[in-house]
Amino acid sequence: MSEKKINVTLKVWRQKNANDQGRFETYDMKGVSTDMSFLEMFDVLNERLINEGKEPVAFDHDCREGICGMCSMYINGRPHGPLRGVTTCQLHMRSFNDGETIVVEPWRAKAFPVIKDLVVDRSAFDRVIAAGGFISVNTGNAQDGNTIPIPKENADKAFAAATCIGCGACVAACKNASAMLFVSAKVSQLALLPQGRVEATDRVLNMVAKMDEENFGNCTNTGACEAECPKGISLENIARMNREFLVANLKK
Amino acid sequence: MSKLDAKIPEGPLAEKWTKYRSTVPLVNPANKRSLEIIIVGSGLAGASAAASLAELGYKVKVFCFQDSPRRAHSIAAQGGINAAKNYQNDGDSVYRLFYDTIKGGDYRAREANVYRLASVSANIIDQCVAQGVPFAREYGGYLSNRSFGGTQVQRTFYAAGQTGQQLLLGAYSALQRQVGLGTVKMYARHEMLEIVKIEGKARGIIARNLVTGKLERHFGHAVLLASGGYGNVFFLSTNAMGSNVTAAWKAHKQGAFFGNPCFTQIHPTCIPVSGDHQSKLTLMSESLRNDGRIWVPKKIEDAKAIREGKLKPNDIKEEDRDYYLERRYPAFGNLVPRDVASRAAKERCDAGYGVNATGEAVFLDFAYNMKEKYGRAEATKRGITNPTEAQLKELGKAVVAEKYGNLFDMYKQITGVDPYEEPMQIYPAVHYTMGGLWVDYNLMTTVPGLYALGEANFSDHGANRLGASALMQGLADGYFVIPYTIGAYLANEIRTKAIPTDHPAFVEAEKNVQESIDKLLSIKGTKSVDSFHKRLGKIMWDKCGMARNAEGLKQAIQEIKALREEFWKDVRVPGTANELNPELEKAGRVADFLELGELMCVDALHRNESCGGHFREEYQTEDGEALRDDENYAYVAAWEMKEVGNWELHKEELKYENIKIAQRSYK
Ligand SMILES: Cc1cc2nc3c(=O)[nH]c(=O)nc-3n(C[C@H](O)[C@H](O)[C@H](O)COP(=O)(O)OP(=O)(O)OC[C@H]3O[C@@H](n4cnc5c(N)ncnc54)[C@H](O)[C@@H]3O)c2cc1C
Ligand code: SF4
Ligand code: FES
Repeated sequence: MSEKKINVTLKVWRQKNANDQGRFETYDMKGVSTDMSFLEMFDVLNERLINEGKEPVAFDHDCREGICGMCSMYINGRPHGPLRGVTTCQLHMRSFNDGETIVVEPWRAKAFPVIKDLVVDRSAFDRVIAAGGFISVNTGNAQDGNTIPIPKENADKAFAAATCIGCGACVAACKNASAMLFVSAKVSQLALLPQGRVEATDRVLNMVAKMDEENFGNCTNTGACEAECPKGISLENIARMNREFLVANLKK
Repeated sequence: MSKLDAKIPEGPLAEKWTKYRSTVPLVNPANKRSLEIIIVGSGLAGASAAASLAELGYKVKVFCFQDSPRRAHSIAAQGGINAAKNYQNDGDSVYRLFYDTIKGGDYRAREANVYRLASVSANIIDQCVAQGVPFAREYGGYLSNRSFGGTQVQRTFYAAGQTGQQLLLGAYSALQRQVGLGTVKMYARHEMLEIVKIEGKARGIIARNLVTGKLERHFGHAVLLASGGYGNVFFLSTNAMGSNVTAAWKAHKQGAFFGNPCFTQIHPTCIPVSGDHQSKLTLMSESLRNDGRIWVPKKIEDAKAIREGKLKPNDIKEEDRDYYLERRYPAFGNLVPRDVASRAAKERCDAGYGVNATGEAVFLDFAYNMKEKYGRAEATKRGITNPTEAQLKELGKAVVAEKYGNLFDMYKQITGVDPYEEPMQIYPAVHYTMGGLWVDYNLMTTVPGLYALGEANFSDHGANRLGASALMQGLADGYFVIPYTIGAYLANEIRTKAIPTDHPAFVEAEKNVQESIDKLLSIKGTKSVDSFHKRLGKIMWDKCGMARNAEGLKQAIQEIKALREEFWKDVRVPGTANELNPELEKAGRVADFLELGELMCVDALHRNESCGGHFREEYQTEDGEALRDDENYAYVAAWEMKEVGNWELHKEELKYENIKIAQRSYK
């Protein structure tokens, strides 16, 4: 932990509400500790704005541990900033250079309208899950957990897909604003487990239909989503979902 | 002062719950459809309750302040969830889990509740597996377990270092399924700001739509609070930034007693504070103590040299390291309960052996087990007979990465130090609150129709929670307890028609909320909300933290009162009420923390003993262990608010009929 102090210039998207046009504002940040997280720098900025009688910047965040999926800043043209596999809240100032200008915007996608400043509405994701991202088992129905052994390999793959944090960086990264990576992660997790096979057909059809209805774009296989996903969700999931979808369509 | 009735069913311990379940009044399906339930919170407790109650046919409304129910703070839980499955054939049983929990809680939890918790623990795992929760598995395809502190069996189920995430996503899926079916209506980005009481019963809430700022009235035949814990009263804690006490505190002000508010858990393994800008602390899961060994240098001059950067931890020879937990507690070693481990770290650092610039850090070192335990095992598996040091390390590293990879990455990301190469630095931090709204066996507070679930209630962990037991409790409450116990109340409510929200009680409640929002915005003082929160946090940490004494607590009470007064005169809340306004949200929460903090100190001051997480310096044994006073303090302290700053104490006597109360020893 060798702390240094750097100066950076922030260009931050400010937008009063959904109807406002929005614009960039510039803020000079002096003496930023390299041990600070990116969001702690925003805390410092906001404290300053409040003391100056100005409106602080609204941004989403909660766990600050890279797991809740709430933080969502588009930094220098990349969702969650320059590092691979790292959320905005886990990004630290040691990843930036002294004198650098940093541009910060909200996620931009038709399905994610801006609410204020850097805060967007991602409830479309919840609606896609409600359309089929579950196994229909009521509380009390379950058998002993060890009745169905699951090959470790499948269990591990299902787990890897299940680590998606629902942040929406994949959508923000995609030029078509497609949600394929997010949706395919859930479809894959459940398709890989025997418990999930029972409803596999309906699940993929319903989730894909909902995804389209929510104004997410088409997937043209650019792979930007995988590159920007903070949890390393793999494109393999999209391939698996495409197979599931084809088979499901044949069955119906 | 009155004595509280916990409504514990009669009969032998092991039969209480079974008997209760088969005799509790039922509500028939047709009637369920006209009964409405409000649930505040979508964490493990709230989401599991919502899904289960909706499956039963009730009409459910769920509220959370995040943008999606999936983001509740439960998502951040790392290490695992306990269950008495005995899959390892290592002697586990419902009784043993019950016993460990009561003992771990330093004999300040209610036997009947804890036994029920242990009995339903196995069902939780089954339910989660059925939902598709991808728990860790062995090569044979069966579920894997690991150890946690305060136990000698392996009963912890886990999903790498993200168990909470996987369990919550399971519960969230179940919840979203009901949302899709139209049986649950979800209100994300909504904050509950008041309980509405009609004729003494909880009948609804006032919530603020955080996007538009509009206040809304919602009716329910019953109201469930699953709003989480209040560790953020300390400003710095491992809780998510938004975690707060507001929902529970509004209930408290409406007559719900607050149980054992001073019982806070300080977790031994967190990343130390790095500077003034620090906004929160990050936990390094307790599961790491399975394989990480905790130490500080034996020689004070070595500690000093490390602090000054003149020596590196790897320069300290084996014989010059003090593995103080292994030394003091040979039976449990690095796996002693959290309160014990935290105090031991503080003891070493206070004595001058701390290892970072602030002097407040100890080492958590994986080198030994990486090489000797895992490296050797892998080498043997592969038939490498004389593995080199480098081979051992490489092989062991792969195993450690599989077990704890995400935690190691997180550590590196935050500190810039690679824990595969150098030991982690850790220090205790506020993590969990055992205290909370007092509830009876039915999980009902002292306000009829108002329930508390999960971390928001005080119920099962006594004065110290064992690792991997909060997830268990949250899901037990939501999946397996409340669906039964709520019937006892609602069976008598089937004739109550939905009350229109223009009822004077709703109008009045909304008016009060509006006034306090207007007041916060009108002060236009000079200091930010955060600045007050930080000052409160410092008072709490210094005087009501890991160690407490009467003198300090008395000072803290005066300081908090003064700070509260200053807050209401000088806080600056920018923006308006009719928009997304995070500063306004924070202001309301900090206002409540400023009242709660005082009650915590009052409670800590009245409890003239040390137990679990509550360590009063005046009450310790000769070798520095907590000294309980069972004669005078074997009760739950449930506080009734008379007015802000004035509380009356009520007691629930704790009777131990199945466990012999003893001094807790982990030696
Ligand atoms: C870093 C960390 C790691 C942990 N690891 C473990 C572990 O390995 N094993 C274990 O057993 N336990 C662990 N715990 C503890 C455990 O995670 C929590 O105790 C538990 O998840 C709490 O669940 P809950 O449902 O009670 O509340 P939460 O998950 O905190 O949910 C609270 C909910 O209430 C809502 N809410 C709160 N107030 C309001 C309001 N006024 N209006 C509307 N909504 C509101 C929130 O939006 C949220 O949905 C850990 C805790 C932390 C901090
Ligand atoms: S797939 Fe990756 S980028 Fe997309 S929501 Fe999930 S975690 Fe975020
Ligand atoms: S704030 Fe939770 S992932 Fe960033």
